[in-house]
Amino acid sequence: MSMATCPGCVAAGPVAEQAAAGASAPTHELILPTLHCSACIRAVETLLNGRDDVACARVNLSRKRVAITAAPGADPTPWITALTAIGFEAHEARNDTAGTPDDGLILRLGIAGFAMMNVMLLSVAVWSGATDATRDFFHWIAATIALPAALYCAAPFFGSALSALRAARLNMDVPIALAILLACGLSLYETMIGGAHAYFDAALSLTFFLLAGRVLDTRMRSAARSAAADLAALEPSRVMRIEGATRVSCPVEEVRVGDVMWLAAGARVPVDGILLSPGAQLDRSALTGESDAVEVSEGRALTAGEVVLTGPVTVRATVDAQGSTLRRLVQLAALAEGARSRYTSLATRAAGIYAPLVHGLSFAAFLGWSVATGDIYHALTIAIATLIITCPCALGLAVPAVATVATGRLFRMGILVKSETALERLAEVDTVVFDKTGTLSDGALAPPPGVPEAVLGVLKALAEASNHPLSRSVLPALRSSEAQKLDTVEEVRGKGVRATCGGVPVALGDAGWIGQGAGTVLNVGDDIYPLMRVERAVPDADKALQSLRAMGFEIHMLTGDTRENADRLAVTLSVDHVHAGVGPENKQALIDALQERGRKVLMIGDGLNDTLALSGAWASIAPGTALEASQNAADVVLLGQNLSGVPAVLRIARSARRRILENFALAAGYNCIAIPLALMGFATPLMAALAMSTSSITVTLNALRTR
Amino acid sequence: MNILILLVPCSLLLGLGALVAFVWTLRHDQYSDPAGDAARILLDDEDAPPK
Repeated sequence: MSMATCPGCVAAGPVAEQAAAGASAPTHELILPTLHCSACIRAVETLLNGRDDVACARVNLSRKRVAITAAPGADPTPWITALTAIGFEAHEARNDTAGTPDDGLILRLGIAGFAMMNVMLLSVAVWSGATDATRDFFHWIAATIALPAALYCAAPFFGSALSALRAARLNMDVPIALAILLACGLSLYETMIGGAHAYFDAALSLTFFLLAGRVLDTRMRSAARSAAADLAALEPSRVMRIEGATRVSCPVEEVRVGDVMWLAAGARVPVDGILLSPGAQLDRSALTGESDAVEVSEGRALTAGEVVLTGPVTVRATVDAQGSTLRRLVQLAALAEGARSRYTSLATRAAGIYAPLVHGLSFAAFLGWSVATGDIYHALTIAIATLIITCPCALGLAVPAVATVATGRLFRMGILVKSETALERLAEVDTVVFDKTGTLSDGALAPPPGVPEAVLGVLKALAEASNHPLSRSVLPALRSSEAQKLDTVEEVRGKGVRATCGGVPVALGDAGWIGQGAGTVLNVGDDIYPLMRVERAVPDADKALQSLRAMGFEIHMLTGDTRENADRLAVTLSVDHVHAGVGPENKQALIDALQERGRKVLMIGDGLNDTLALSGAWASIAPGTALEASQNAADVVLLGQNLSGVPAVLRIARSARRRILENFALAAGYNCIAIPLALMGFATPLMAALAMSTSSITVTLNALRTR
Repeated sequence: MNILILLVPCSLLLGLGALVAFVWTLRHDQYSDPAGDAARILLDDEDAPPK
């Protein structure tokens, strides 16, 4: 389908014809996070469609992806390199679940809309005074449209209601399904006996409004989910494997025991292995929370998730990709049962009160009227009219409308809400626990104290010349220095950058490559300056913590790092409660202890050592720099390392909860007027239609006030 | 009231036409990339209608 809609295929030459004749589904998908306008679409499509090995490329701007049709199993690396060369960051999408999952719902929505408008047209004629044969005729036409349409369109509600009843629970779909079925049944009977009141339009507008709520809900959530999945795909999914004398890029999943992998400086160890190079410095913070680099020598074991700071190194895998520590921790986190599974959503609780109340009332109406008048048919009509007019419509929209608005606002701020009940749980949080390393702070290289100003200038110039994250991390500390002019700059991949400065050879990089010192060093002429790894607070941490304190949250810092490192950062950010030297299980225990004291804890962390705590806490947030496992465990993912999103999430969550409660109050208010009228037997289809539309519109408008 | 025999089918047919058009747009993937469709209108070389 998407192949046929690609105009680029026309120009793509013989490969395109072959592909069009054979398989037409895209074979590859790349994620392009920086895609944002029509010029980007044109640049990407022109580049990819101009290549011989690409049959067709079609950009999807909403999902920030490009679908590529090429030979199955083709290596996407050259495309990624070409896209990077013209300025588009590109990653291979790992989960190829393309397409929109809600097409069925949209179709149902369209059919419900068509049926509702046509039946409403006929109903207006009846309400404005059609009688006898004309009225019956209109009722019959309405019935032929409404019955199949309602049965087909409301199928999702019937299914959900049925599964709730099977599990002996009540959810909002039970009264919805019941109201639709009874409205259809009663109206059909009225039509057959030539009665005055048919509720076909009510059944259909109920279906239409509720489907609209559901479509919005799934759209928003699938957008957030797919963005979160894209983020996880930024983790390298390919590794350089040494085969004979050459390095071949292969997917991480294909790594087997005994394979030798080549890792550049700054790369994450993909699977557990043994170091074959003479020595290396490792950043273990993702696993243990330590911020200091660790030295390892040849033959020592490396654990998946560690970052190689000096390189390049070669590593021999000791396990298959499936058996790596990283995978085991991911599985562990998935198993950990947290507080969230015990949380009952507001909608479920409202349904729990609403459904028995309304069903009880209409049953009482049936009993009362049959005893009072002895007319069973009349009593039944009143009971069913009560059920229809109490309109679970507004109640059904109350939560999804607010959730859609809140999730949408957060999505535009770069905050992805993954869990359905996350906002409600976040609104109840009163304690915020931060992980230190990687969340509140990150590692940076800094020049030792007492270095002459001219040398700092050389360092700044060299760091600016390189794209490596480690050398870029030096720059913030050198803001006041003036960069020196460099000549013949040369960057050696995975080792460092060298140049000459006024005739003096200078270099910045791995000590083994420069030949002196240890770790990362700066070389100016004959002098060697070792760079220290220091810890600094992430840019927004201070501001975020200040606004959290102003909002009245208790703030804790939890870390696997040493007491001194923890205290130093705690003083900078003025955090009161510091827990240092805490391992993964103890992190979870600490959070459990806080929760046993009645606190609702929000855990914010990025490392593998945080995953248990993230899934155990009342609510959890992971920064976008976090590992995939931590992002999976968290309810909310922040894009980038932007902590200012944390107060925003909490503010919007509280506002959303208020709006939801207001919506329940509004819906209840309508029912306070409608129920007595219905019980007295004054309900008409016109009243039902009015009550349903006004309450739905009020609830939706109120939801828009969420900010 | 005989005019109803003509008008009611007319209104139903019109509505049905709209429904068929809607199903057609759905079948042709027109809701999968709203942001992209809005941007592509600015591209000069996108004249070919999606087939």
